[in-house]
Amino acid sequence: MTAPTLGKDLLGLEYLSADQIRLILDTAEPFKEVSERPIKKTPALRGKTIVNLFFEASTRTRISFEFAEKRLSADTVNVASVGSSVSKGETLVDTARNLEAMRIDMVVIRHPSSGSADFLAQRIRSNVVNAGDGTHEHPTQGLLDLLTLRDRFGRIEGLKVAICGDVLHSRVARSNIWGLRKLGAEVAVCGPSSLVPRDIETLGVTMFTRIEDAIAWADALNVLRLQLERMTAGFIPSLREYNRVFGITRDRLAHCRKELVVMHPGPINRGVEIDSDVADGPHSIILPQVTNGVAVRMAVLYLLAGGVPDWQQQGGSE
Amino acid sequence: MTRPILIRGGRVIDPSRNGDGIADVYLQEGRVAAVGTNITGEDGARVIDATGKVVAPGLIDLHVHLREPGQEDLETVATGAMAAAAGGFTAVCAMPNTDPVLDNQGAIGFVISQAQKAAKARVYPIGTISLGQKGEQLAEMGELVGAGAVAVSDDGKPVMSSHMMRTALEYSKTFGIPVADHCEDMSLARGGAMHEGIVSTRLGLKGIPAAAEEIMVARDIILAELTGGHVHLCHMSTRGSVSLIRRAKDMGLRVTAEATPHHFTLTHEACEGYNTNAKMNPPLRENPDREAIRQGIKDGTIDVIATDHAPHHYDAKEREFDDAPNGILGLETAFGLAMTELVEAGLISLPELIFRMSTHPARIFNLPGGTLMVNAPADVVILDPAARWTVDPATFYSKSRNTPFTGRALTGRADLTIVRGRVVYDRAGG
Amino acid sequence: MPSRSTLLDDRAIARALTRMASELVERCHGTSDLVLVGIQRRGVELAQRLARMIEGLEGRAIPTGKLDITLYRDDLQAIGPRPVIGETHLPVDLDGRTVVIVDDVLYTGRTIRAALDELADFGRPRLILLCVLIDRGGRELPIQPDIVGLRQATRPDERIDVQVKELDGKDHVELVRA
Repeated sequence: MTAPTLGKDLLGLEYLSADQIRLILDTAEPFKEVSERPIKKTPALRGKTIVNLFFEASTRTRISFEFAEKRLSADTVNVASVGSSVSKGETLVDTARNLEAMRIDMVVIRHPSSGSADFLAQRIRSNVVNAGDGTHEHPTQGLLDLLTLRDRFGRIEGLKVAICGDVLHSRVARSNIWGLRKLGAEVAVCGPSSLVPRDIETLGVTMFTRIEDAIAWADALNVLRLQLERMTAGFIPSLREYNRVFGITRDRLAHCRKELVVMHPGPINRGVEIDSDVADGPHSIILPQVTNGVAVRMAVLYLLAGGVPDWQQQGGSE
Repeated sequence: MTRPILIRGGRVIDPSRNGDGIADVYLQEGRVAAVGTNITGEDGARVIDATGKVVAPGLIDLHVHLREPGQEDLETVATGAMAAAAGGFTAVCAMPNTDPVLDNQGAIGFVISQAQKAAKARVYPIGTISLGQKGEQLAEMGELVGAGAVAVSDDGKPVMSSHMMRTALEYSKTFGIPVADHCEDMSLARGGAMHEGIVSTRLGLKGIPAAAEEIMVARDIILAELTGGHVHLCHMSTRGSVSLIRRAKDMGLRVTAEATPHHFTLTHEACEGYNTNAKMNPPLRENPDREAIRQGIKDGTIDVIATDHAPHHYDAKEREFDDAPNGILGLETAFGLAMTELVEAGLISLPELIFRMSTHPARIFNLPGGTLMVNAPADVVILDPAARWTVDPATFYSKSRNTPFTGRALTGRADLTIVRGRVVYDRAGG
Repeated sequence: MPSRSTLLDDRAIARALTRMASELVERCHGTSDLVLVGIQRRGVELAQRLARMIEGLEGRAIPTGKLDITLYRDDLQAIGPRPVIGETHLPVDLDGRTVVIVDDVLYTGRTIRAALDELADFGRPRLILLCVLIDRGGRELPIQPDIVGLRQATRPDERIDVQVKELDGKDHVELVRA
């Protein structure tokens, strides 16, 4: 059986097979160890040029990718530009062509338009990693969530994971749904109905209207960030009401199973979707998520840089 | 003086007189002079052999965007009129959302004069409902009609104010013209990029719910009842809209409706892979909606097929889905799509199709044409309903190329188009 | 049809390892700061056996580590889809120690070059020695073993297959000609 490979780009977990997802998670394991060494570097991507193209403000994801790139000895360039390419004056097509003309090896892109990573990948030969496109997917976040759950529970299959919050606008939710379902987990969503997309059940997901029911059911809660803009756009009346009805508070977790874990993609809105004492408490595995983030991103970059499929099994040493 | 034309031996379909049989058609001095068997024309008449072909009144498209004035790089009145002729259309109605918009007699006159210079398909301008299409103040309808407008519309945008729509409908009765509405509740549509459904959920794109159209359809129907004016509903796309229109017609209200070929051919699945050539407004909907549109065409709930021909530069469509403009070309694929998807599929007959694309459009907008009665204008199309061809935008007469149908195999196309007794398009060699 | 001939059977391997273990202790003048590092794969199992043998001889436990050199290979771009990266684990700080790299077959020397680069990222040993079961010649870099089980000259179209009980169910070394 031929070993799975990743193809040219990582655009979304919807496009990956279960084997490919497992390949990435398995490859992330040795990279965790690299981050524990005194010299956190391996020469694996030495001489490769990687551009971090961030059209949306993001500190933590960009830094995580930068560490991953530097720990693989790649040369990195950050291009930050807030706002869509239209307001910027240069179209995404032109940006793509310019990058290709400069012989960039890999592009990590975050952009406010869904489908923009796909768009870029179709037009340049460099590897493209989707670091979040609009409300479509954030595959490396989905992968690090899977890795963190696997670390904690030893498996994904059969796990019950409830994604809580603004699912409608969340690319993290979508990537999580794809990844978890492909690896055999049971997935539920829970949030105000105005923030859950139509037809979500068609993706194989159950819906809870009450957060208490989700907590009673789940092995793990993945708590999504609720953005202030949702309130001003009229989806929910206020952040205060959201916290009262849907917030993950210590009281709500008072009678839950001891093994229940709480995750969050960050940054946390303390006191809105999650209370501080939960985020910092015994159920939280938020910090391990961050650590795994760098390892997963190293694994992705390493696998994508791998070249043409001409697989030869590694035999005796040389 | 144009040479008379004798079209011989074709199957002459004239829905205006329920005519369908092999006959000759004789055109003289810009009019239909005779339809019958064994007509001998004058010496010097051009004889066209239409054996095996269909001879029909020229197709009429009530809804196109010709982009002139203002965006002549996308299309001009001349190129649009040529594209129309190549599609078998002898007349089109040009929407006023140009730049500047057609809200005054000067602009209307300009479009008419450009069309006359081009001398291809006829172009009837549609004026705006409101000044600048801003939805605030009525445009001078009388002036627009006097200059040649055949209807008014703020198409591109809806008339959000019910008061304005009511007033426009009341006022239009003075001039006997239809008020054509682009039915979209902007607060529900909210800048969505495609139909709100499972595909938009998967692609992470903001969706426009069917309700956004249906709410305005219902409103316009109620205003038609209130005012007695003629409301024409542009590019219908949902099964809910079709139901509402059916009830309105059962009640005898003056409501007419159009649907585009893409809405009876494609669904929102065409947006997969973020294909911007499947992005239009109203968006492609679900399978049951497409079925309802087809049924509506069959039972007459949808009065006419109109293309909403919307040229865009390839550059503009080469962007992220959210930022790409709405719309696709329609003139040069309309008949082929209708023939393949509706007639070949057994839903309606060819005479019924000609009715929906020629006779009835002329009737509801009060335009000349749509008939081969003696003395009718010599606007005729010779169609090859069996021709098999593949869509290749490189061969289009339109200036633009934005179509999702590239490479699609279709049956049926126009061979020859005659306007005012002159051949304006001949597939066999210009 | 490839032809195979046995170079070492299980008894021969055991004898060789026994001799190598004593040679090691002799070369290192004892075991006080010794650490064995096995190269993934099979070098790891050999290192563990050598450690146990030395423990038997000298009466003290020898720290043993594992090193996977995939990320340090000089042909990373050329080999196509990524090989699986094995575990790297060094149980002690390497500064000032005597490190013995253990591998099953020494050929071009590139694996050892990669291992030396990787070890340098972990610390600064006082002394590094190389111990291999088979030296098949064909060096492309100036790297030589300090302790060898068997020297066997080979041609480029030949292959040495090493099997160890822990992974392959038996101990066996054979020469394969294409």
